[in-house]
Amino acid sequence: MLYREAGDFKTSYVADSQTFPIKFDRIRYYIIVAIAFGVVPFFINDYWANAVFVPFLIYAIAAIGLNILTGYCGQVSLGTGGFMAVGAYACYKLMTGMPDVPIIVHVILAGFITAGVGVLFGLPSLRIKGFYLAVATLAAQFFLVWLFNKVPWFYNYSASGQITAPERTLFGIAVTGANTPAWAKYLFCLVILFALAWLARNLTRGSVGRRWMAIRDMDIAAEIIGVNPLSAKLSAFAVSSFYIGIAGALFFSVYLGAVEVGEAFGIQKSFLVLFMIIIGGLGSIFGSFAGAAFLVLLPVFLKNFLVGQLGWATDLAAHIELMIVGGLIIFFLIVEPHGLNQLWRVAKEKLRLWPFPH
Amino acid sequence: MKKTLAALAAATMLMTSVPASADLIVPNLSYRTGPYAPGGIPYADGFNDYFTLLNERDGGIGGEKVVIRECETAYNTEKGVECYEATKGGGALVYNPLSTGITYQLIPKSAADGIPLYTPGYGRTSAANGKVFEWVFNYPANYWDAASVAIRYLLEENGGDLSGKKVALLYHNSAYGKEPIRTLTELSKKHGYELLEIPVDHPGQEQKSQWLQIRREKPDYVLMWGWGVMNAVAIQEAANINYPMENFIGAWWSGAEIDVAPVGMQANGYKSLAMHGTGMDYPVYDDLKKYVIDAGKASGAGDQFGSVLYSRGMYAALVISEAIRKAQEMTGKSSITAADLRNGFEELEITEARMEELGLPKFGQPFKATCADHGGPGAALIQQWDASAKKWNLLTDFIAPDDEVLVPLVLEDSQAFAKENNITERCN
Repeated sequence: MLYREAGDFKTSYVADSQTFPIKFDRIRYYIIVAIAFGVVPFFINDYWANAVFVPFLIYAIAAIGLNILTGYCGQVSLGTGGFMAVGAYACYKLMTGMPDVPIIVHVILAGFITAGVGVLFGLPSLRIKGFYLAVATLAAQFFLVWLFNKVPWFYNYSASGQITAPERTLFGIAVTGANTPAWAKYLFCLVILFALAWLARNLTRGSVGRRWMAIRDMDIAAEIIGVNPLSAKLSAFAVSSFYIGIAGALFFSVYLGAVEVGEAFGIQKSFLVLFMIIIGGLGSIFGSFAGAAFLVLLPVFLKNFLVGQLGWATDLAAHIELMIVGGLIIFFLIVEPHGLNQLWRVAKEKLRLWPFPH
Repeated sequence: MKKTLAALAAATMLMTSVPASADLIVPNLSYRTGPYAPGGIPYADGFNDYFTLLNERDGGIGGEKVVIRECETAYNTEKGVECYEATKGGGALVYNPLSTGITYQLIPKSAADGIPLYTPGYGRTSAANGKVFEWVFNYPANYWDAASVAIRYLLEENGGDLSGKKVALLYHNSAYGKEPIRTLTELSKKHGYELLEIPVDHPGQEQKSQWLQIRREKPDYVLMWGWGVMNAVAIQEAANINYPMENFIGAWWSGAEIDVAPVGMQANGYKSLAMHGTGMDYPVYDDLKKYVIDAGKASGAGDQFGSVLYSRGMYAALVISEAIRKAQEMTGKSSITAADLRNGFEELEITEARMEELGLPKFGQPFKATCADHGGPGAALIQQWDASAKKWNLLTDFIAPDDEVLVPLVLEDSQAFAKENNITERCN
């Protein structure tokens, strides 16, 4: 089999501690990146961009963000939807307030603004833990949605309370608005996701990530070995919110183009992203991708299959789809409580030993 | 990642089914699931059944069969986008998503793709200004018309004077529910009533605190902009606090049988606006029964026949089919494109004589679109629920809205949109 370590020698610490120490993994990773950047943009059309790739990429960013907080640092958060709303509204205010600045700057600034808000709502985490913290972040979720509904300044006093993304360009190519080419949407999100995932992977491997994991595993012990819970927890909230804010900004500006806060960033969104990381695997970057893919692509796939292929009535298909997705979630969690990432890891272990498992 | 790619590869194979191109393709972004299904199901059934009737009785429109491509949105904007992208290829002619949120998203997209958007009685009100919104049509009436008609009716009830009265607006806390606020605020300045805004969050099953507020503030009238399960819950809550039903007026999306029936006798006297006539005393229903229902070709379960929202879906289908006819007439071809249909919408005139020919005499108001006017006259009726007979009775004739207030508002809002999106006005 291709998947083996025999002959794959490491002669330096750098080589040994790289992200993908096994050669096969490394090659696979390069191939996927090459396809994502070099092949997909040439073939993508509006349907694939808007229904499949762009939502997948954006949810993957949000899932990585929440995974940093919940998976790596152990702080349960139900405020994801609210933080995404902060990113979206910050991006909207920046886009309309400073129309001449490139959109990428707005998206990153929206991330920083969300990071600030996230730190603010992360303060209670210093005193409360677990379910109680989840309830505190739930308050953030409801408060933020209420705020964006209540204060007309956030939606520029529009009649309906909707925010609509005007056309903004990057290097002369539209990235937001209705005239955006499919490949531009896709590449814009992909570049941001690639940079953020790369950053997250290295953050979590470094000292910052180890501090987070120490807090997650046992906060008192972590404090005794010299980890400052204040900085560790708040940095997790800040980094996580930064990611989620960027996801929210992209969700609004690139993906949907017009949102209303209650519908797009309600409590369901918080749960959806939480389910993504639980199904994908807590404390894993690959798990964030797998979870996002599972919950974004499976419903679309099932719908196309049941309605497009089998010709079922749309309502029947929608109900069956809910049951199938729900059933699969339960199935996966029974078979592998640690998520798709663990499933993948076990598969890899088996392949390494093949054909002589013990 | 591998899993992802495998799923994608499988999905690719599934996406290649393309329909025959000669037919008239009308996508139907419907919702038959979720908290808004009570409104979505009858509307979708009426919409589909009317086109089935045309196919079965007349062999389509101008000899071309109409093909409906239904897609489930669950009233959710993300699914709406997916449905739009999935159906827009292959010659889709017009979109009618029955959701204000989805409409807001489709307004720029459909203009970029060159597909008209028909949003009767919902969507973005200021799209009535055809000078700015080239691809959107919302005749015969819109939300601001509705708000104005409701206030006009109250004025009539009160001898032309509303000063000192308190009017509460109970609204779905979304783009849809917020639409009438601007008009009601302007009108309150003109007529001197006090406006009380009371939002209800999605999906609207929990309204205890809102009705507590109504009980405390004792408004003279309650207007409701609700949809889906929110309607029935609100009417039940009103009955619970013994709010006088005749002072409780819903928008036209809050006035179907399904909203009042669960409340039983207590809902007696509840009023709502209506865009069109109600009941089954129209000749078109005989044809529908003969060609669609009895032939077993009815959409859905077939149990919505003749309800208020069924007839509204049918009305939307009727206007679209008339626009298709107009476009066929204008181009001289039976097979038309979305751009032809847009021209058809813009030149469309539906007279009372035409409505009678179509089997719906005195059902809707006559209207005529122009390049600048995509909004129609905007008049509406008031209907009242008779709980013992289980039917809606029309109380008034068509009441015209207060254009003196509405026209400047539409101009202001549409010009703001034009400015944001660098649109130059047409029709000058």
